[in-house]
Amino acid sequence: MADTLAARTGWALRSWWLVAGMWTRSIMSYRVSFVLMLLANTAVTFLDFVVLMLMFRHTDRLGGWSLPEIGFLYGTSTGALGVANLLVGSIDGLGDRIRVGTLDTVLIRPAPALAQLCAERFSLRRVGRLAQAAAVLAWSLTALPVHWTPGRVLMVPLLLLCGSVIFGAIFVGGATLQFWWGEAKELQNSLTYGGATLLHYPPTVFAKELVAATVFGVPLAFVNWLPALYVLDKPDPLGLPEAFRFAAPLAAALAATAAGLLWRAGLRAYRGTGN
Amino acid sequence: MAAKLRLRPPEPGTAGLYLAVARGAFRRYSTYRAATLAGAVTNTAFGFILASTFLALWRARPGLGGYDTTQAVTYIWVSQALLVTVAVWGGGFQDDVQERFRSGDIAVDLYRPVDFQGWWLASDLGRAGFHLLSRGALPVLAGALAFDIRLPTSVTVWAVFLLSVLLAVVVSFGLRFLVALTGFWLHDSEGVRAVMLVVAMFFSGMLLPITLFPGALGELAAVLPWSALVQIPTDLFLEHRTGGAVLGALGFQLGWALALLAAGRGLQLLATRKVVVQGG
Repeated sequence: MADTLAARTGWALRSWWLVAGMWTRSIMSYRVSFVLMLLANTAVTFLDFVVLMLMFRHTDRLGGWSLPEIGFLYGTSTGALGVANLLVGSIDGLGDRIRVGTLDTVLIRPAPALAQLCAERFSLRRVGRLAQAAAVLAWSLTALPVHWTPGRVLMVPLLLLCGSVIFGAIFVGGATLQFWWGEAKELQNSLTYGGATLLHYPPTVFAKELVAATVFGVPLAFVNWLPALYVLDKPDPLGLPEAFRFAAPLAAALAATAAGLLWRAGLRAYRGTGN
Repeated sequence: MAAKLRLRPPEPGTAGLYLAVARGAFRRYSTYRAATLAGAVTNTAFGFILASTFLALWRARPGLGGYDTTQAVTYIWVSQALLVTVAVWGGGFQDDVQERFRSGDIAVDLYRPVDFQGWWLASDLGRAGFHLLSRGALPVLAGALAFDIRLPTSVTVWAVFLLSVLLAVVVSFGLRFLVALTGFWLHDSEGVRAVMLVVAMFFSGMLLPITLFPGALGELAAVLPWSALVQIPTDLFLEHRTGGAVLGALGFQLGWALALLAAGRGLQLLATRKVVVQGG
């Protein structure tokens, strides 16, 4: 058995990889469906940006932000959500497993439960969201009239990494609630998919209370709003100290820790349904 | 609820049977109270986000698309109420049928002394009724408390709206029935369903009113069946279409509903001729 932290992490990643590989082979046996779903997934997630483009046919500023600036928000928000959804998004099926009683099967296997559940029903079609987000982000980076300093250039990959961790933590933390409230599956959609939609638009569009809740409550603002203020050199609608613009790594670390603790508490509280 | 079980089933082919199926579906969905509440909260969260973005757009361009700012915000809340009710995302009876394709039970369904299409239509109408009362009413209520929205004051407008929602559910059923039946040929209609979802989200007016679409795209969207799902009922709710246009809108929905049901009937006939039962 693995003892050290490094060995345990390695084993968790390997478990994830094995389960994800198994699902990939399984899904590939319906090849027509897979191709259609990959295309549909790319298109349906891209529709949100089509709507933004259509909106900008009628105006050239939304909340004081231009289309390339909003493209930057869109690309980073969707990209971070896409990575998190690909790697851990399947965890939202937890409630169903508890209800049907198959969580017990997962728990008795000699592999970390979290890694197995995150890889469950893994599907490469989720790459669709990621691909279109990358395309929009690439376009916005070329269209933005930003003076690129080394700090700003570095901030883009950093915010994508931290944003993915934050969304991943929300996926895991939200799913953990299903240990207590099995039917809450859809509730976390407000924070994950709803959160990503919120971050497509500039913070100036929303009520200040809502923006404050994403800074001091669920740390969505650190995914792209606050770092984008630095990259795009925009004023902060809340007037927060400038340090907040660079605090994404701290927010990501806190969110991941909170999700991890919540997961442990949930797993301890779990009692099998007895079948 | 054992006391409510009826041992003698209603006579097949009568309206009573379909009413019983619809009532059964209504009650089945109403069992999952927590899930329904969680779903309504999600619709409300999206309503808040999207209503704010519409407010920003209409502040920049007042009167855009012929809607005033209050109507634009109301548009978001009504469309959120319709999203699950008319199953723009797909689902409802479609999930059941897809599961029955996977398990092979679909072969049994075709032997039943009940019309296959009628059975599932009744079941989907029962589901829609429950979703309208729960996932429809709750977000609109929340929207009315938090935003300045426009609720119809006349009973006639409410009646026209409800009739339009009923027709929207039938049109949506007609489309989803065609998608579900592709399972007879593809064994798995998941992919077709995913493609359909893209088309439905865009052309129903769910994401943006069709009147904001540019030129030919807008004209195309207005004649496709998907506009019957969200755009038309919402416009009737907002009294964006009045007078003769109301009858035109309802007639458009009815026309598509009948055409799609007929197409579904034809495809069903084709499908039953080639059922292959996979394994046992």
